[in-house]
Amino acid sequence: MDPFVTLTAPAVPLDIANIDTDQLLPARFLKKPRSAGYGNFLFHDERKPVFPLDDPAYAGAAVLVTDRNFGCGSSREGAVYALVDAGFRCVVAPSFGDIFAANAAKNGLLTVTLPEETVATLRRQLQETPGATVTVDLPAQTLTGPDGSALPFAIDPFKKECLIEGLDDVALTLRHQDAIDSFDRADAAARPWLVPGGR
Amino acid sequence: MTAQPRSLFDKVWDAHVVATRPDGQALLAIDRHFLHEGSFHAFGMIDHAGRKVRRPELTFAVADHYVPSHSRTKPIADPEIANMVTMLEANAGRHGLRHFGLHDPAQGIVHVLAPEQGLTLPGLTIVCGDSHTSTHGAFGALAFGIGATEVSHVLATQTLWQRRPKTMRITVDGLLGPHVTAKDLILAVIGAIGADGAAGHVIEYAGSAIRALSMEGRLTVCNMSIEAGARAGMIAPDDTTFSWIEGRHYAPKGALFDRAVEHWRTLPSDPGAVFDREVTLDAAAIAPSVTWGTSPETAVPVTAAVPDPGAEADPVRAGQMRKMLDYMGLTPGTPLEDVAIDRVFIGSCTNARLEDLRDAAAVLRGRRAVVPGLVVPGSVPVRRQAEAEGLDRVFIDAGLEWGEPGCSMCVGINGDLVPAGERCASTTNRNFPGRQGPNARTHLMSPAMAAAAAATGHLTDVRKLGAS
Ligand code: SF4
Repeated sequence: MDPFVTLTAPAVPLDIANIDTDQLLPARFLKKPRSAGYGNFLFHDERKPVFPLDDPAYAGAAVLVTDRNFGCGSSREGAVYALVDAGFRCVVAPSFGDIFAANAAKNGLLTVTLPEETVATLRRQLQETPGATVTVDLPAQTLTGPDGSALPFAIDPFKKECLIEGLDDVALTLRHQDAIDSFDRADAAARPWLVPGGR
Repeated sequence: MTAQPRSLFDKVWDAHVVATRPDGQALLAIDRHFLHEGSFHAFGMIDHAGRKVRRPELTFAVADHYVPSHSRTKPIADPEIANMVTMLEANAGRHGLRHFGLHDPAQGIVHVLAPEQGLTLPGLTIVCGDSHTSTHGAFGALAFGIGATEVSHVLATQTLWQRRPKTMRITVDGLLGPHVTAKDLILAVIGAIGADGAAGHVIEYAGSAIRALSMEGRLTVCNMSIEAGARAGMIAPDDTTFSWIEGRHYAPKGALFDRAVEHWRTLPSDPGAVFDREVTLDAAAIAPSVTWGTSPETAVPVTAAVPDPGAEADPVRAGQMRKMLDYMGLTPGTPLEDVAIDRVFIGSCTNARLEDLRDAAAVLRGRRAVVPGLVVPGSVPVRRQAEAEGLDRVFIDAGLEWGEPGCSMCVGINGDLVPAGERCASTTNRNFPGRQGPNARTHLMSPAMAAAAAATGHLTDVRKLGAS
């Protein structure tokens, strides 16, 4: 995955709460291979009649600033592929669906959680000045809005490290191979019913 | 010295930590990994990296999302859909996994099949690339949905990096009223705490109303934990759980079962266990519920009216309510019972078990449906048993279709769609825009409520209709 360190880019506001992964990527596109370019499917059925993402004023946006519970619903990682393939590197919201946020981190898409009023203010600023940029500094954990104020955000240290280094989880896990093997041995003795037998 | 009291979640989590990083991330051992047709991205990732499945004996593949609900004797007409079903079989075959395919006598929706086959057991960690994996928590397992990259990680390592979530206990005491079901209970919970009310938390459902539920009811409750944003939902295992498991195909047998039960009895939360949040609900206050909007958090008693955005002080929220009402084609102030429906769907991993079909049939027995509808059992064994009890005849005589097991109209990717603009009374779990088809309008409710709506053609309080 592409590492994420810093980013300065136009941001697009979306005043919608509870945007679920079915909206991000309608289910009928789930059978497409990644090579199909998921960016064309992003918000496919929502782009009517006017949709901020289609507004030329927000062209080139790589940051999405939205409302609470973004990415709720289905675990489809395709919802993240659609955002990434459409050029997004960061989503800012008051809260995220847990599975979406985990999937995002695995694909170099940063999710920034900020208080509800802060995010509402950001959206208002972006509506008032379409095309304004925001700057995200992941090592410093700050997001600088159109008005120049640097907003600190919290992030899980593991997620931060994986994003900055573009780490492959499996390679990291395999460093713990001995621990996994000895866990399995002890567990097989403690819970002999673990492996399903069948009749 | 007495040990610190621990919750059910604490016990299951602690028993699975393989390694901990200084930053607090834990490497968790995974006991069961379920796959469905959507797993092709993950297989692609491990194949690309040249990795093998570490524990094929703990990994199970189930065809459910794309399987046809109608005839299974003919090949699947749509080549893209057919490809999804055959690709799973090929991936499972190549990696030596037990595959429950289209013609398997155990086939069904993964979250119906696994408990039914005795694969879901108390105290296990269970993952699947599907958000409704929370269902399996009904047995006192820690079960949660993951994305494709995590699926590939579990395939390769049988572990997952996780940060310890927060815990929330939802206690529901008292007796549910007549015709008030587990579905109404969980809709009331989501209505009370919101669609992100439990984000970052694992919920434990407790209280006398939860203990009184059958396994089917508990599965319905845990299934929809994700609709409250929870990572997982859990219910302490008890005798109801153990007798449900005993004798199932993959469940431990004989002395091994006794030993397992002995262990499972140690899992319930200790008295004095501490939770990050506590919520309580009174079972007697829960009414048959329906949703009016495009989020499960819009659940209200069926006796209510469509809410008025004009009464909402926050302009952003009012705007979002208007958008939902516009999508749903509803006018503020309309009594929900006056809302006419176009079709019904009874099915999904939330409500397609035997008890659900019995509930719906009890309402429809001797009645005709005045709108078209589809009833899709959750698995082949459910279908067989329902047919043995004559439930299929009740549905067919009422004018509804009786389908083959799978996800079907819950998500519509096998081709079973609610036509654009139509309003569907549905026993599923998500009423998101476009969930059952582009511009389809979904009202979530229990099987008995969906059956009542079928019989009258509008949203209906099943208590007024009664069951035979
Ligand atoms: S029935 Fe619906 S919610 Fe359940 S697994 Fe299938 S598509 Fe998902």
